[in-house]
Amino acid sequence: MTAATVERTTTRKSGGFNRDRFENGLFRILRPIVIVLLLLVSIFPFYYMVLLSFRTLGSLLADPGALWVSIDELDLSTYLDVLAPVSDGGQGFIVFMRNSLIVALSTVALTLLVAIPGSYAVSRLNFFGRRQVSGLFLAVYFFPAILLAVPLFVFFTQVGLRGSLVGLVIVYVSQVAAVSIYTLRNYFATVPVSLEEAAAIDGCNRLQTMWKISLPLAMPALVSNGLFIFMIAWNEFLFALLFLVEKRDSWTVSLGLSQLSGSIEVPTTVLMAGSVILTLPIIILFFASERLLVGGLTAGAEKG
Amino acid sequence: MTQLAGGSDLSGPPPIPSDEEDVRAGEHLAPARRRGKSRHSREENRTGLFLISPTLIIITVAVVIPILWAVALAFQNVRLINIRGTGFIGEYTLDNFIEVLTSPGFLQALWTTIVYSVCGTALAIGIGLIAALALRKPFRGRGLIRASLLLPYVAPVVAATFVWSTLLNPQYGWVNWFGTTVLGWEDPVAFLSQRSLPVDIFGLQIDLPIALITVILFEAWRSFPFAFLFLTARLQAVPEVLDEAARIDGATPSQRFWHILWPQLLPTIAVLTVLRFIWTFNNFDDIYLLTGGGAGTEVVAVRVFDYMTARGDIGAAAAQALVLAAILAVLVTVYLRLFGREEEQA
Repeated sequence: MTAATVERTTTRKSGGFNRDRFENGLFRILRPIVIVLLLLVSIFPFYYMVLLSFRTLGSLLADPGALWVSIDELDLSTYLDVLAPVSDGGQGFIVFMRNSLIVALSTVALTLLVAIPGSYAVSRLNFFGRRQVSGLFLAVYFFPAILLAVPLFVFFTQVGLRGSLVGLVIVYVSQVAAVSIYTLRNYFATVPVSLEEAAAIDGCNRLQTMWKISLPLAMPALVSNGLFIFMIAWNEFLFALLFLVEKRDSWTVSLGLSQLSGSIEVPTTVLMAGSVILTLPIIILFFASERLLVGGLTAGAEKG
Repeated sequence: MTQLAGGSDLSGPPPIPSDEEDVRAGEHLAPARRRGKSRHSREENRTGLFLISPTLIIITVAVVIPILWAVALAFQNVRLINIRGTGFIGEYTLDNFIEVLTSPGFLQALWTTIVYSVCGTALAIGIGLIAALALRKPFRGRGLIRASLLLPYVAPVVAATFVWSTLLNPQYGWVNWFGTTVLGWEDPVAFLSQRSLPVDIFGLQIDLPIALITVILFEAWRSFPFAFLFLTARLQAVPEVLDEAARIDGATPSQRFWHILWPQLLPTIAVLTVLRFIWTFNNFDDIYLLTGGGAGTEVVAVRVFDYMTARGDIGAAAAQALVLAAILAVLVTVYLRLFGREEEQA
């Protein structure tokens, strides 16, 4: 044992087999391989999605391995087909997009409307039950959605709200408000208190201070939070499935794609065009705001 | 927010440990003010309650009351057909729980859920860690690569599951084309609809639960960016000096990782484990969309959904969901007890 250790230290010093050099070399080779592999695995499905959306079903079946599409084979009819309203023989994605947009934008607007004052209160004001409120929000954050889905399903069936976008928006707001408050209050906490005190001395009351001082300073946080809520609402599936499935006119894009992908009548390539339509807005938003968003995603997680 | 953020997985910052600090940040105003005039503190109390009340009302109406109701439903004999007259009060009975806990399907689903969450969480964090380490040193285009690695996480779950089920399709999926023409598979593999796949490894016949493995790998693919993001942020906060000092002392890269980085990353990994486990445990979307719960991939969340919609047995659905939530709570508590203490000692 000791002999081996001594031997190892001597070889390291003498520079014969050098563990350090070996490891450095190994990682120098492994690192680019790992990066390329990860990149391929992350991006390839999306490339494949776009690729298939430009092909016809016939060419896909004839040559499933092709990873590019030649110009003369390029087929744009998939997009026209998937977007066109059902009455014109299409799949009606244009209506789904409208629904998704309505739901997502209303969720963003309503959530910010309730979360801005809420987060300000939680971060700044000492009111009765503040700790309990924070605890409640934390619990909401981790609750199994499927447990919530059962009573909501019963309730919406009872009052006949199934198929209504309004009901869906209320559920979404209740789900994201807690997360929103958690993110936003961290930003409010970074706004120097002295600024608010100065405003108070200048004669602003509490709401004016919030409106004129804290809010503009928290603007980047608000924007990233809004984008984040938009993405959640746009991507959401379970509640949309439970509440909207019976009424095709109120399907969201997510729901529409999942429902149609079950049927054999709609060609896969047409649905791939639908997937692109569903994914593209999110990817554009993501890359446009990546810096903001990544900051927002990790904000508050930094204590660890 | 579980399914919305956890499921579609664009979850915000885990609101975990920052609690105390923030409370303090706000509180240091409060005592000063309280000392002076209590009228001010009363005004503060009123404004605070006023500002928080819209959120509280929405959460009470759409989350708290429904959950209480779910508990009430679990103890009643409710079916979709007699749903109209159902309320909080009814004939309470334990039938649902007896039915659920004694049916073999539930225990099977529970086991699948646990396997799925443990493997999915471990893989996601493992891959995320490798990615974070590989992209630690800056180089040209690193920002773009980092952003691209987040794509699986931000993309809508319905689109991601759809493109993967097409990729894995036995007839025209690219993966099966690649397997049969390049890798020399004898037959295409029905990744998502085949319960087990006999594989010959060094002469040993092993039945791989192929559909379950596929959904676990999908889960890893979809959520590794989340771990990657947090570990990258944590790595950036590790002081450069430590690494430098260890290097001068002759520590090799793997030694530097185990003795310098790993202890610093451990708390983040612990938090990630809890978060990912909770979300994977509750996950409905991915499995429902990929396999519909067939071929040995039925997790409890999917089973609840089937009871509720296909069978119309609301009471049993609520009971299963309740058991799911309770088990999750127990597991998370045990974990926090075990590892929370260990960390404090370290």
